[in-house]
Amino acid sequence: MLKIKDLHASIDGKEILKGINLTVKPGETHAIMGPNGSGKSTLSSVLVGNPSFEVTQGSVEFMGKDLLALAPEDRSHEGVFLSFQYPVEIPGVSMVNFMRAAVNEKRKYHNLPALSASDFLKLMREKRKLVELDNKLASRAVNEGFSGGEKKRNEIFQMAMLEPKLSILDETDSGLDIDALRIVADGVNKLKTPETSNILITHYQRLLDYIKPDVVHVLYKGKIVKTAGPELALELEERGYDWIKKEMGE
Amino acid sequence: MEEANKYVKQLTQEKYKYGFTTDIHTEVIEKGLNEDVVRLISEKKEEPEWMLEFRLKAFRHWLTLEMPTWPHLRIPEIDYQAISYYADPTKKKDGPKSLDEVDPELIKTFDKLGIPLQERLALSGIAVDAVMDSVSVKTTFKESLREKGIIFCSFSEAVREHPELVRKYMGSVVGYRDNFYAALNSAVFSDGSFVYIPKGVRCPMELSTYFRINAINTGQFERTLIVAEDDSYVSYLEGCTAPQRDENQLHAAIVEIIVNDRAEVKYSTVQNWYPGDANGKGGVYNFVTKRGICKGESSKLSWTQVETGSAITWKYPSCILSGDNSTAEFYSVAVTNNYQQADTGTKMIHLGKNTSSTIISKGISAGFSQNSYRGLVKVAEKAENARNYSECDSLLLGDKCGAHTFPYIDIHNNTAVVEHEATTSKINEDQIFYCNQRGISTEDAIGLIVNGYAKDVINKLPMEFAVEAQKLLSISLEGSVG
Repeated sequence: MLKIKDLHASIDGKEILKGINLTVKPGETHAIMGPNGSGKSTLSSVLVGNPSFEVTQGSVEFMGKDLLALAPEDRSHEGVFLSFQYPVEIPGVSMVNFMRAAVNEKRKYHNLPALSASDFLKLMREKRKLVELDNKLASRAVNEGFSGGEKKRNEIFQMAMLEPKLSILDETDSGLDIDALRIVADGVNKLKTPETSNILITHYQRLLDYIKPDVVHVLYKGKIVKTAGPELALELEERGYDWIKKEMGE
Repeated sequence: MEEANKYVKQLTQEKYKYGFTTDIHTEVIEKGLNEDVVRLISEKKEEPEWMLEFRLKAFRHWLTLEMPTWPHLRIPEIDYQAISYYADPTKKKDGPKSLDEVDPELIKTFDKLGIPLQERLALSGIAVDAVMDSVSVKTTFKESLREKGIIFCSFSEAVREHPELVRKYMGSVVGYRDNFYAALNSAVFSDGSFVYIPKGVRCPMELSTYFRINAINTGQFERTLIVAEDDSYVSYLEGCTAPQRDENQLHAAIVEIIVNDRAEVKYSTVQNWYPGDANGKGGVYNFVTKRGICKGESSKLSWTQVETGSAITWKYPSCILSGDNSTAEFYSVAVTNNYQQADTGTKMIHLGKNTSSTIISKGISAGFSQNSYRGLVKVAEKAENARNYSECDSLLLGDKCGAHTFPYIDIHNNTAVVEHEATTSKINEDQIFYCNQRGISTEDAIGLIVNGYAKDVINKLPMEFAVEAQKLLSISLEGSVG
């Protein structure tokens, strides 16, 4: 599904990613962990085409297509979704209008007719339940006045609406209490199919108790320095990152 | 990047879809302005003597005036002798035609603008007075409205058919001495609409006037006069477009509204004159004086405007709250892109007791444009318990444009409660990228965000116009973020 080869990226001339190699197959869930500043969020930003970052080297193939050649909105249409670490507020724009634009743009890209208003609202009702988002929340402006937990639930709600092939969850667990974490994780698990893949970016083992990864990577100084099974996350939780730094000869 | 620039350029140039010209024989009088021209216009309109007198007084006064320099606008010198002051597209070369027959070319033009002049094709519940250049082409539903006692006709017809009403009210709210452009208009105005709602009548349709400039090197100077008698109600809409030309064109209008006891008038404008091209060449100069008086007790006047067009806009739809317990509202969205300039706002003059006014102004600037809100809230000595709430928000797209707010508050009564709030914000890249990630293109994202920002004002428009206005906002800003 996703093949990242020797990916280098920088922001304001400073290189953050220094040769990432990563392959994600359909149905797999990968966790990417690592200390602060190792490049985790940069990787997710680059994959969805955030214009603040410049790719200087390497390639990314998604479903056989050159992902880096696609505009951000087309990457979305092709099935790449990012659950933002800090979802932005868009005052005055209702969730209904926002989602209707998103869903219908995607349908247009795939040569499907726009959904009728009633079909669309039905879809919203159905998907809302998945993350226990109440009706009032959906009729409010995008993320405006939402609590931290509500914002993250809203991200997963949007994921449900857009049915992506690859979802990147960037620190979706940060700022969530246990109940909210369970709701969000349940939502992600319910959306999982044998064809869809997830990349979880997280600091903590906590999220991985709810969403089981197949593979765990450690990102350090812009490179993936260790890859193993779920047991690696437990080990990191117990021992921290210092032993990895040591292994790196520091 | 090259590709992207080309795309942006294409969009900004294509965006104005009303830029076509109608090829029709138009009788245009010679360029220039003097007393003979004023007399000629009056003669062409077969006006009574009192009307000519009014025009001449206004003209002589205009000669003593200078163009106002206080607006935050850079207005190139206007040569008033290089403009033709009368253009009539309804006059055929081969002799006069009956008034009821409208040239099919004109019907086609208005069809193209989405304004069908055949009553059977009309948008439900909307009567239209269609004005092209200096002449009203056709007014629909005139007869059926007449059955209720409502007068809805061209201004010229009103002068002929209802001289007593025109004489009584014309110039009573905006006198010819009011300002430079009001004096000019009073001297050379050609057509416009007249609305009279009798006592106790609720107008069953939306009344609207569609102004179209077509002829080259002409100015359009129309007047609208709306009189709402006691306990009546009317909602009136105004739309405007012009062809895409390299030369600037002048449009200087006057709107006067009189609202009597417990009557209510809603006046909505969607102004979409040709704004000029991406480099600031061409476009309409829109210098308009609009004012209404809440004359009666508990009367209500509400202005809603969506201003997206014109190279330069100078316009302050205002209210005089002279009746006790009267209410006035001003809701405005003004969008400027490329090199457009707008200096717009309102005046709320509180004279009666327990009067209240609301001002909601949303300015959106993009490109190299300058967008100013200018407003006055005045509470006179005898205006006990006056209340005003003002909210002026500015939204900036990009860093080459300007947003300015000039609020004036002048209070002469201690019981007044006046509130003023102002904000300035920028559409940030994070918001746009968030939309991009959800599959919404940058152009569409800006449209969504701007419409969200202007929602409070758009919601005040009648429904058909609200949908149009939403589209217009997005189109006006296309290509504004590269």
